Amino acid sequence: MEQSVQPLGADPTGRLMKADTLAQARHIGVRRGGRWLIRHVDITVRRGEIVTLIGPNGSGKSTCVKALLGLVPVDEGHSSIARDARIGYVPQSLVIDWTLPLTVGRLLTLTARHSGTDVEAALQQVGMRGMSAAPVQSLSGGEFQRALLARAIIREPDLLVLDEPVQGVDFTGQIALYQLIRDIRERLDCGVLLISHDLHIVMAETDTVVCLNGHVCCSGTPKLVAEDPEYRRLFGPQAAEALAVYRHDHDHTHADDGSIISGHHHDHVAEPDA
Amino acid sequence: MLDDFFTRAMVAGIGVALVAGPLGCFIIWRRMAYFGDTIAHSALLGVALALLLDTHVMLGVFAVSVAVALALLGLQRFGALSSDTLLGILSHSALALGLVVVALMTWIRVDLMAYLFGDILAVSKLDIALIYAGGVAVMAGLAVIWRPLLAATASPDLAHAEGLGPERANLAFMLLIAAVIAITIKIVGILLITALLIIPAATARRFCVTPETMAVTASLCGVVAVIAGLFGSLKLDTPSGPSIVAAAMAVFLLSLVVSVLVSRGANASSRW
Repeated sequence: MEQSVQPLGADPTGRLMKADTLAQARHIGVRRGGRWLIRHVDITVRRGEIVTLIGPNGSGKSTCVKALLGLVPVDEGHSSIARDARIGYVPQSLVIDWTLPLTVGRLLTLTARHSGTDVEAALQQVGMRGMSAAPVQSLSGGEFQRALLARAIIREPDLLVLDEPVQGVDFTGQIALYQLIRDIRERLDCGVLLISHDLHIVMAETDTVVCLNGHVCCSGTPKLVAEDPEYRRLFGPQAAEALAVYRHDHDHTHADDGSIISGHHHDHVAEPDA
Repeated sequence: MLDDFFTRAMVAGIGVALVAGPLGCFIIWRRMAYFGDTIAHSALLGVALALLLDTHVMLGVFAVSVAVALALLGLQRFGALSSDTLLGILSHSALALGLVVVALMTWIRVDLMAYLFGDILAVSKLDIALIYAGGVAVMAGLAVIWRPLLAATASPDLAHAEGLGPERANLAFMLLIAAVIAITIKIVGILLITALLIIPAATARRFCVTPETMAVTASLCGVVAVIAGLFGSLKLDTPSGPSIVAAAMAVFLLSLVVSVLVSRGANASSRW
């Protein structure tokens, strides 16, 4: 599949969006304090498609997604979501204050009403069967992340948006999580917009990769992106290796503690290592 | 039955406690204690204006509370100062302004103590009617915005992304707080209103696993505090408002002791 740049100046309300287009950002820019966090960014998510945003820390991945969802205003360009598209959102690093008592079951019904059987079914999908009554504050990082995913999928969304969904999830869990995302895509025929800083695993299931560094460095199929010199420049010499790993069916290297050795070289200090 | 001043106080106090519970929960979930305090402090200005315009005190307090809440929203949007600084400015200048206006109205004798610390024993039948009518309205409003407000409390981005319109819910919530403060002012007074909102909710937290049960439990804790406080005040001849807050504090401490005893050995850590 080839990723083409969307024409500019189209109808901002999204009425002219193609029928299977769920979300579209056209040349968007977000400015804070006189500095462009992102600029000239085009992203399109269609039904049944998994789009992955990759990029170094501070490259504006979250900002992009938030602008696309209308959570932050854009200072340039247009972003639109298909009318009546149901969104399932898994935000990055959500913290539920201890003062707010919330069970896993109640977390799943936070934004809409769902039956007990639906809650149980959604929990089962993410491997958390029978944990509906557990307080969310008692969950481990990985469990909480899976509960958030269950919360998003119980809505049977048209567009599933996941901001770094594998944070705090161990390696086996990450594989399972991506497999689950693929299954959900098949079952619901929804579009998926995924942010990830982990190049290794993400690639296999992705239709389109958008490589971001304030602007779109390159985008297209994983293979195309891997061969793009911009991508290699951004992620260093090991980037190609990461993609090679992808092509050789996840033949990745493990560190002694079981975590995978990261193949990209951008600054990881602020992020908990997966 | 309502001819007895003590019964009237009891009925009014229980009504206020029932409403304060759920609202107080949201105040602690959203870390808005200082906001509640600010609105309460501005209430004195509302009292002064109500006396000046010869309308019911609750009306004046509600109007000024809404104005201060909106002023805060506006300042947050356009100003560079942090929220707690803005709250500090609004809180104390509104209180000071209220005291100045009251002092300027030399033709009216205002019992300042009654407004600062409450005068539940002077509650009239009209007050009770207003407390219950206002209370029902506030509860109905809260029921309508419950889901979006709760979702926005857990995560504003989530509520927004999934189309729940959290700004509307937040605005409505501020109006509800203003209304509750207007109907509570006579019971515990300007300086102690926040306590009646927060202490029962904090007490309830340890014993609840869902927001809904916590809201109900907070109401019940508040009712217990009102009953205990009023009987204590009758027995010891102490001021009623402070007695109710002291009783709420006692219930809170008791709950702390109980939960520590219960959780000992259950390997649960204390987090207050």
